[in-house]
Amino acid sequence: MSGVHIAPPELQPASFAFTAENLELAKAHIAKYPAGRQRSAVMPLLDIAQRQHDNWVPQAAIRYIAEMLDVPVIKVLEVASFYTMYNLAPVGKHFVQVCTTTPCWLAGSDKVLSACKKHLGLNPGETSADGQFTVIEVECLGACVNAPMLQYNDDFFEDLDEESTGRILEALKRGEMPKPGPQNGRLSSEPLGGATTLTTFNPAASAGGNDD
Amino acid sequence: MPTLTIDGIQVTVEPGTTVLQACELAGKEIPRFCYHERLTIAGNCRMCLVEQEKAPKPIASCAMPAADNMVIKTDTPLVKKAREGVMEFLLINHPLDCPICDQGGECDLQDQSMGYGKGSSRYDENKRAVTDKYMGPLIETVMTRCIQCTRCIRFAQEVAGVPELGAIGRGEDMQITTYLEQAMTSELSGNVIDLCPVGALTSKPYAFTARAWELRKTESIDAMDAVGANIRVDVRGREVMRVLPRLNEDVNEEWLSDKSRFAYDGLRNRRLDRPYVRKNGKLQEASWAEAFAAIAAHVKGLQGSQIAAIAGDMACTESMTALKDLMGKLGSTNLDCRQDGAQIDPSNRAGYLFNSGIAGIDEADAILIVGSNPRREAALINARLRKRYLTGKVKIALIGADQPQLTYKYEYLGAGAATLKDIAEGKHAFAEVLKGAQKPMLILGQGAIARADGAAVLALAKQAADSLGLVKDGWNGFNMLHTAAARVGALDLGFVPGQGGKDVAGILAGAQSGEIKAVWLLGADEIDTSKLGSAFVIYQGSHGDAGAKRADVILPGAAYVEKDATWVNTEGRVQLGRRAAAPPGDAREDWSIIRAVSEPLGHKLPYDNLGMLRRRMLELAPHFSGVDKRSSAAWGGAFGTAGAVTDAPFASTVADFFLTNPIARASATMAECSALARGAAQPKTGTHD
Repeated sequence: MSGVHIAPPELQPASFAFTAENLELAKAHIAKYPAGRQRSAVMPLLDIAQRQHDNWVPQAAIRYIAEMLDVPVIKVLEVASFYTMYNLAPVGKHFVQVCTTTPCWLAGSDKVLSACKKHLGLNPGETSADGQFTVIEVECLGACVNAPMLQYNDDFFEDLDEESTGRILEALKRGEMPKPGPQNGRLSSEPLGGATTLTTFNPAASAGGNDD
Repeated sequence: MPTLTIDGIQVTVEPGTTVLQACELAGKEIPRFCYHERLTIAGNCRMCLVEQEKAPKPIASCAMPAADNMVIKTDTPLVKKAREGVMEFLLINHPLDCPICDQGGECDLQDQSMGYGKGSSRYDENKRAVTDKYMGPLIETVMTRCIQCTRCIRFAQEVAGVPELGAIGRGEDMQITTYLEQAMTSELSGNVIDLCPVGALTSKPYAFTARAWELRKTESIDAMDAVGANIRVDVRGREVMRVLPRLNEDVNEEWLSDKSRFAYDGLRNRRLDRPYVRKNGKLQEASWAEAFAAIAAHVKGLQGSQIAAIAGDMACTESMTALKDLMGKLGSTNLDCRQDGAQIDPSNRAGYLFNSGIAGIDEADAILIVGSNPRREAALINARLRKRYLTGKVKIALIGADQPQLTYKYEYLGAGAATLKDIAEGKHAFAEVLKGAQKPMLILGQGAIARADGAAVLALAKQAADSLGLVKDGWNGFNMLHTAAARVGALDLGFVPGQGGKDVAGILAGAQSGEIKAVWLLGADEIDTSKLGSAFVIYQGSHGDAGAKRADVILPGAAYVEKDATWVNTEGRVQLGRRAAAPPGDAREDWSIIRAVSEPLGHKLPYDNLGMLRRRMLELAPHFSGVDKRSSAAWGGAFGTAGAVTDAPFASTVADFFLTNPIARASATMAECSALARGAAQPKTGTHD
């Protein structure tokens, strides 16, 4: 897959408008910026549009936002196409983004991808025939310490291997929501097998209330 | 003022100068792709790297402000190596298709790769391929060649004022495109072709027709509008292959409008290449002698008052001088150059010039546009207005029938003369703005005066100029914007009705009533030829347009690039156009045709060559000696006739930017552009060809 993938005209809705609730939200974002600088709100607005519209941004929404912010349409499209987090074509209801940047790759992201292939039958960039699942390869999502990882919709699933990835995907297929976060039992990014330093430190006993 | 050392040379520069500009002042050439003097700085090509003492790595000179005591080196091994590295990266994805690329031979990348390129590539992977984009009928795209300098994007946004180009995607996948591949809606779009440092954006009409090195290049003057843009005409054999802008800071900077650049294919179509004489109601080919005999038979013996002449919008001053002299000898005072019926007072030169000069726009701080759509009438002047607007130091207001999409914001004051009257009498809020301005400016379009009450409107404008202080020491802010290249020159020469003479409306009425029996049309196609009645019509011109259709005798003349001619632009700047190509067939330079006709008419004109004719022109208009200079006129006296004005709104006289003259109307390219602008043709989408 190279270049920007924009949905073909037959998939594009003719018009787009924020729901009343989202319009309020959009106005709140615009109000954060000084007069004449409303264009700074383009990213949150695109995000709102994407959430409202089945996790992808149609061209109608890009025109709608351009008009709302009084910027040229092409400038909104530039932003929307620059960031991989905006989808410009329909994606599955279950949107799986697998990080394959170097740290994750070294820690076994190939295994995560092969699990996707095995359990969903999808290669990166593909959407299942029923439109339920989309798997894509993405660059670093900033969770290297818990590599390898994938992002499912808004949640991170970390410290994966082939088995745990399969488990998560099967659960999603059944319509369940597995617990996000590290899948190998550790707490957030603490060392696997428990703390190795400050083992005797007792915050409650510490005078001065140091929160560390 | 920072002083810095460049390769051992000390230079002192203005604050805010970049290192690259300082290097140029020191006479050092810095290679660049993305940097352009007239655009904002992007700093993304990295080709301009130089070494700065005490800096850990080479710096991009285009984006680095010059500072005091900087020590810059531009010719060290480090600099060469850095630039070679940049070049190698640029060439990774750039195809090596120079032999089939239109830019070949005049390509920045090709030239600079001679200096910084390696002989071979170390890149074994697949090159990037990019789908071509549709950008309209003028711009051919081969996007695989794009090196993403973003000059075109910045031009569209900043100079043209139509932010329609953008870069979508990121990194290797970044692509330049218009939104959903629609055609650019700018009348300056052709300039991105000049700006593109590689062959990604090239001229569609010129595609694969010629190579840069086989063209004969002639420096000339454009005659498509009254700006008088400086052009270079590239010719192979006797065919004009393309038209490019030439640098002139005072007129067109380095831009050119699409009409001036692309209408040249009209020079090949519908040409009048031999004389014609109407016999039994049909135009038939004839020899020059037959044509002259026909003219003599119909014109000799007529009284002066029964003869008239109308000069068109692209007539050169040479031919108008000859025709004026011939009319004088025939005893006729019925001559006029104002085809649109503009009520200009030819006796007061300051009353019909763009007095502050085009460059004066750069200083104006309040501008009132009256009855004009500068975007359609003079696209380059509109670009100047936008340039001034972007500085934020000017207030612009407009009086006109509609509220056109100009490329800057303006205050819309009203539709017609009533608003102008309020301003002239100081009753309008904008009058205070003009009064308070240091360099106020009024731009009076032909739309305000090409009407029955035009003289009264002109008087109102003059009243406004006086009462609001538009004219002061060293500044004359009264500006008339013309739409015809011939107009100011004609007015300067006095190609206007003489004692008891008739103007265009009078000539047409006279022809209809039979009072006028012979009319000489010197390239005049924009009049209502159906009103010529039964008059004997001599059409002299280059194209078979409205005038030739009605003519009884056709004299084939030369188009503007086919003759040595003097042009005077709207600001009164006298410029010499040079002959770039020969006129087709039997066509001749226009003044020599008139000189030749004068003999059989029994009034031989006293000039046998261009030099003698030009001496005669200097008698009529002494300021023609100041070539390339703007000869200003003293402010004073009165012009216009005070009187009642009507409520009719001021409508621009140019309805379709692309089809204003016979050459443009004969151009297939212009027809396509016009159709696109009118929305008649659907733009192609997706990739094509």
